[in-house]
Amino acid sequence: MTHKLLTDHPGKAELMLGNEAIARGAIEAGLCVGATYPGTPSSEISLHLFQISQQTDLYFEYSTNEKVAMEVAAAAAASGVRSMCIMKHVGLNVAADPLMTLAYVGVKAGMVILTADDPLMFSSQNEQDNRYYALLSGLPMLEPSSIDEARAMTRYAFELSEQLKEPVILRTTTRINHSTGPVVLDHISPINKNAHFTKNPFRLVTIPSVSRDLHVQLLQNMKQAANLSELSSWNISSGSGQWGIICNGVSYNYVKDAISDLDIDTKTRVFRVGFSHPLPETKIQAFLKACHKVLIVEEGEPWLETQVKAIAQEAGLTLSIKGKAEHLFSRLFEYDPAMVRSVIATYFDIPDQQTDVPDLSDLPEIPGRPPNLCAGCGHRATFYAVKQVAKTMDVEVIYPTDIGCYTLGVLPPLNMADYLICMGSSVGTSCGFSKVLDKKTVAFIGDSTFFHSGIPGLINAVFNQHQFTLVILDNGTTAMTGHQPHPGVDMTLWNLEGFTQISIEKLVRAIGVPHVSVIRPYQVKKSIEALKEAFEFKGVSVVIAQEPCALINKKRKKRAFQVTDRCKNHRVCINELACPAFYIENDQLNINPAQCIGCAVCAQICPENAIIPVKESSS
Amino acid sequence: MKTTRLIIVAVGGQGNLLSSRVLGEAAVAANIHIGMSEIHGMAQRGGVVESALVFGDAASTIISDGEADVLLGFEPSETLRALKKCHSRSCVVTNMQPLPPFTVSIGKGNYPDLNQVTELIKQKTDRLYALNATELARQAGNMLSVNIVLLGALTATNILPLTKEQMQDAIRKTVKKAFVDINLKAFEFGEQAITDRG
Repeated sequence: MTHKLLTDHPGKAELMLGNEAIARGAIEAGLCVGATYPGTPSSEISLHLFQISQQTDLYFEYSTNEKVAMEVAAAAAASGVRSMCIMKHVGLNVAADPLMTLAYVGVKAGMVILTADDPLMFSSQNEQDNRYYALLSGLPMLEPSSIDEARAMTRYAFELSEQLKEPVILRTTTRINHSTGPVVLDHISPINKNAHFTKNPFRLVTIPSVSRDLHVQLLQNMKQAANLSELSSWNISSGSGQWGIICNGVSYNYVKDAISDLDIDTKTRVFRVGFSHPLPETKIQAFLKACHKVLIVEEGEPWLETQVKAIAQEAGLTLSIKGKAEHLFSRLFEYDPAMVRSVIATYFDIPDQQTDVPDLSDLPEIPGRPPNLCAGCGHRATFYAVKQVAKTMDVEVIYPTDIGCYTLGVLPPLNMADYLICMGSSVGTSCGFSKVLDKKTVAFIGDSTFFHSGIPGLINAVFNQHQFTLVILDNGTTAMTGHQPHPGVDMTLWNLEGFTQISIEKLVRAIGVPHVSVIRPYQVKKSIEALKEAFEFKGVSVVIAQEPCALINKKRKKRAFQVTDRCKNHRVCINELACPAFYIENDQLNINPAQCIGCAVCAQICPENAIIPVKESSS
Repeated sequence: MKTTRLIIVAVGGQGNLLSSRVLGEAAVAANIHIGMSEIHGMAQRGGVVESALVFGDAASTIISDGEADVLLGFEPSETLRALKKCHSRSCVVTNMQPLPPFTVSIGKGNYPDLNQVTELIKQKTDRLYALNATELARQAGNMLSVNIVLLGALTATNILPLTKEQMQDAIRKTVKKAFVDINLKAFEFGEQAITDRG
């Protein structure tokens, strides 16, 4: 069946998720090469493009990390075919190295860098504002406010990139990526696959003498970009009156709704920046001149605010320009319509809309529903085994962890996470912890994260002879972001050809790790023995815990377990495993057969051997 | 056109996102502007999934606390938790079949009393429609059609600018072919549960 985003029906309105609209925009632009490392909230863009690549001439890959993804896309664009790389905001940190100098080198065909910010950190470790990457690199940036704009801007980004001969940053936030709205389709351009690379080392090889010229070129390109920004229809000025509001992205929606709710449309003018780097300074200057006072509405850092204030200073304007301030906007978290309306009312000194919110102070305490590792998750079994070994150690064990489902091990009763900063940090920080502390360091990293950025840390550990144990939690997929592939995955299981699976064990051995073992975490006793040996080893030891993700293990035959009357309510299973298949009824432990996948870990740790498989006939 | 704001709360796996999709498709077919947003990062790991649907002229795709006109809850304790999204004129439609969070299942937390849940919702909002959508889904032939039973109930309240026929068409368009009949039946059951009450 043809992929739903390939419908060539210009003018047709379809309901799309923001990420679908972005993928559609890229397809309409005739995207030829795409690359990504998955990361919420950007992941669905890649999911669709990868699926589409099975049906068209589009080449799309899951790269080992964002830096590689950007380099793949850069080479394609340097060879004259349209390319795109897709990542979450923190992914751009990983790709920042190519980004900064790619801006010098520029591109031949259109290249788009999608970065998805996550204000409020729904699924991220920080809420950095990636608009600063546009300022830092000098690259042009586009920011959509609606789903339809997300499609149209993605499409336009390729044209802009070709006009400027620079990659274009397309910056979204979660509420664009994960909002759904009507999108009007445009026609799909054919893919130009005619790649051609013209050797020009004194333009493309960034030795100092070349880069000095390239930096001059970049400044010229930025000037041209500023001219285009002045003329761009993505920078919208509307309304009339002496109250001014300058905004971007989703804040524009909240501003529009607030102006309508507060009935101040005759008093207020709005400037929405969509082509936001470089800013259209002349247009903004004219806007400021028409205003008595101005409010800047932008989630995140005062990125617009500082620049708008500088523009006002240049023009000798002294009107009040405010944004991030006490009683006005915060640099924290995401905005919402009522909050934006309230700040607008405060700033322009008018009454806010009355609300009639019920008093909820007498609501009973509602039990929380934190996410949990799935029933039968192999990570839980590994954590349990590690904990048993840690109990036998005469020193405290600290657990640097990493980014993936297993980060949920931080929650009780597992408590298996002590330090985390970024992808791959488990390994690098273990080098540091083990050097300065008189403790045992045991690090956790997932298979995909290991390929992404764990390997250099491990090489460092071997070279510098650090002393810690790295547990690689190998579930055969990038589970957290939606089960994307990585280099350790056997792609034939997904009926996909043209991939070479890389063995983590061979890789680890090749690095020269002196103690390597592989465990199957469902085998509790054997796992504990192997982990104990690894922990006692003086030097770097690696334990690879192999158990396919319980959500996608197609091979496994489910056989649920049950609790028999031998149970004496020790509750070791619940207290130490906390598998969500357990429940208590009439003070008696039970296993929900619909959730149990039959991993049998609880059966192995029960002191009364009270947990046994459900008999086929009785199930 | 008047803006109607709907919040849907569910536990991961209850099919909230499909129900949002059905409502979205029905709105597009009815030529009503719709903006929706969802937070579903941890859905498969037992977390709460929340969708916001804004029908009408508003540009926002999220709903602030105290501004939802309708709250559709797939699970009673989650409906209660989401009450902060409502104002005193809000209408609440909720499934009454509990799915206790894990902490409660293992005896480390208390699930609120169901009578207290309905009393509180009635007190704080304008109207409550409570039904056992899980049981109705079972009767319709598929436990997984709880989401569509609740859409039937929601449609029967007439609070959204969508007709029964538009909703049924959207179900046909959105749901996998093999499940269309069961889901249409589930929709009817949910609708009847409300209309029978008069």
